[in-house]
Amino acid sequence: MKYVDEFRDGDTARAIGTRIAALVEPGRRYAFMEVCGGHTHTIYKHGLEDHLPESIRLVHGPGCPVCVLPMGRVDDAIAIARDPDVIMTAFGDMMRVPGSDGSFFDAKAEGADIRMVYSPLDALKIARANPDRRVVFMAIGFETTTPSTAMTILRAAREGLENFSVFCNHVVVIPPMTAILDSPDLRLDGFIGPGHVSTIIGCEPYRFIASERGKPLVVAGFEPLDILQSIHQLMIQLAEGRCEVENQYGRVVPWDGNRRALEVVDEVMELRDTFEWRGLGWIPESALQLREAYAAFDAERLFTIPGRRVADPKACQCGDVLQGALEPWECGVFGTACTPETPIGTCMVSSEGACAAYYNYGRFSRSRTRGATSLPDPVVVGR
Amino acid sequence: MCLGIPGELVELADDDTDLATVSVAGVRRKVNVGLLIEDEELVVGDWILIHVGFALAKIDEAEAAAALEMLHTMGPAYDQELEEFVASSTGREGL
Repeated sequence: MKYVDEFRDGDTARAIGTRIAALVEPGRRYAFMEVCGGHTHTIYKHGLEDHLPESIRLVHGPGCPVCVLPMGRVDDAIAIARDPDVIMTAFGDMMRVPGSDGSFFDAKAEGADIRMVYSPLDALKIARANPDRRVVFMAIGFETTTPSTAMTILRAAREGLENFSVFCNHVVVIPPMTAILDSPDLRLDGFIGPGHVSTIIGCEPYRFIASERGKPLVVAGFEPLDILQSIHQLMIQLAEGRCEVENQYGRVVPWDGNRRALEVVDEVMELRDTFEWRGLGWIPESALQLREAYAAFDAERLFTIPGRRVADPKACQCGDVLQGALEPWECGVFGTACTPETPIGTCMVSSEGACAAYYNYGRFSRSRTRGATSLPDPVVVGR
Repeated sequence: MCLGIPGELVELADDDTDLATVSVAGVRRKVNVGLLIEDEELVVGDWILIHVGFALAKIDEAEAAAALEMLHTMGPAYDQELEEFVASSTGREGL
């Protein structure tokens, strides 16, 4: 416990809050985006906004992998899973993600063989044990998760497994950040950079955000004090007129990332020309596909998939939430028609989604709002 | 799903499978250490950050303690991750 106090101490949090407040320029408002869903979770779990001056707003970014998966891709995966020869395997997070005609859970209830796995290696094991079935791994995730999928494909190739393939939906984190910077609706003053993604890609890929786009970025850890400290670093940069990439999470994130993991990914995968993101639309070079050399493991080539683009339900405003244009509780269906048990939108599905974080931690007491928006009537939420 | 769980290395990987044995919250499981940077020597007692059955990074003990503590405060999200980790068939029996 002695270590943990260093990251958790309430007095220290208040002290950092005071230092942050001292850096605020009178009359100026600040907006920082935390890109990573894990950070969103920590911010609401620990009520970190209560330690910040009112002029600082945290905007939740698109860094939750299941949240950004468009409905059409879920439909494609379900179409594969409905093939009687197929065993579809997926992370638990994926099971509730709604497609246009239900989720994995619904398809499973209707007879599709869909199994939850913890690791792609578990999917590989299922493939070995079921040589007469075609085992597909539903691969989702940012750079944190991609190397694991790539390594699993290399392993399958080495073993000559012929009944294992991957439906690849891996995405990369920088293009959506660029898309958000291009968005006319949102003015950001800086980024809290993702922690575990940076363990893999390092800090160098963010440099252009500082040097070309004029936004400071601080890679942050997941403890409450890590996040407050990273906001402090952003505020110091702004106060001093600097604009740089800094690494607050140096105890885990090497500046150059994990070279070995990057090599493994590069061996197996390449950038797609474009990929659809829920709420953000089509973003060039924002996702990965398997290279030709690994076509034998590419479910997209092995199966006929509908490949239809499906618009989000009209009531769902996940798109605006994912771009930071709307607070979760400002969405018309938040907490009423859309809950973690019966999600309409993806932001409510994963514990890393902004809506689920708001819902679970019931941060409705906050009196602060941004702009002219007023808080809705108090609603009792939470489980 | 983006969670990373710290584990303590209790047995080194056999070269062919890259599977090392770690102890997570008192439970011994196999994890793949093939993604770790090659020049980073692993020794028994090292702490590693585990994500979907793979070690992503070597971390120090203080970081491991902090990360574990934070994961505990996450409640259901961590419980689910740990449950899935423990249930993982690869972890249990190796490849």
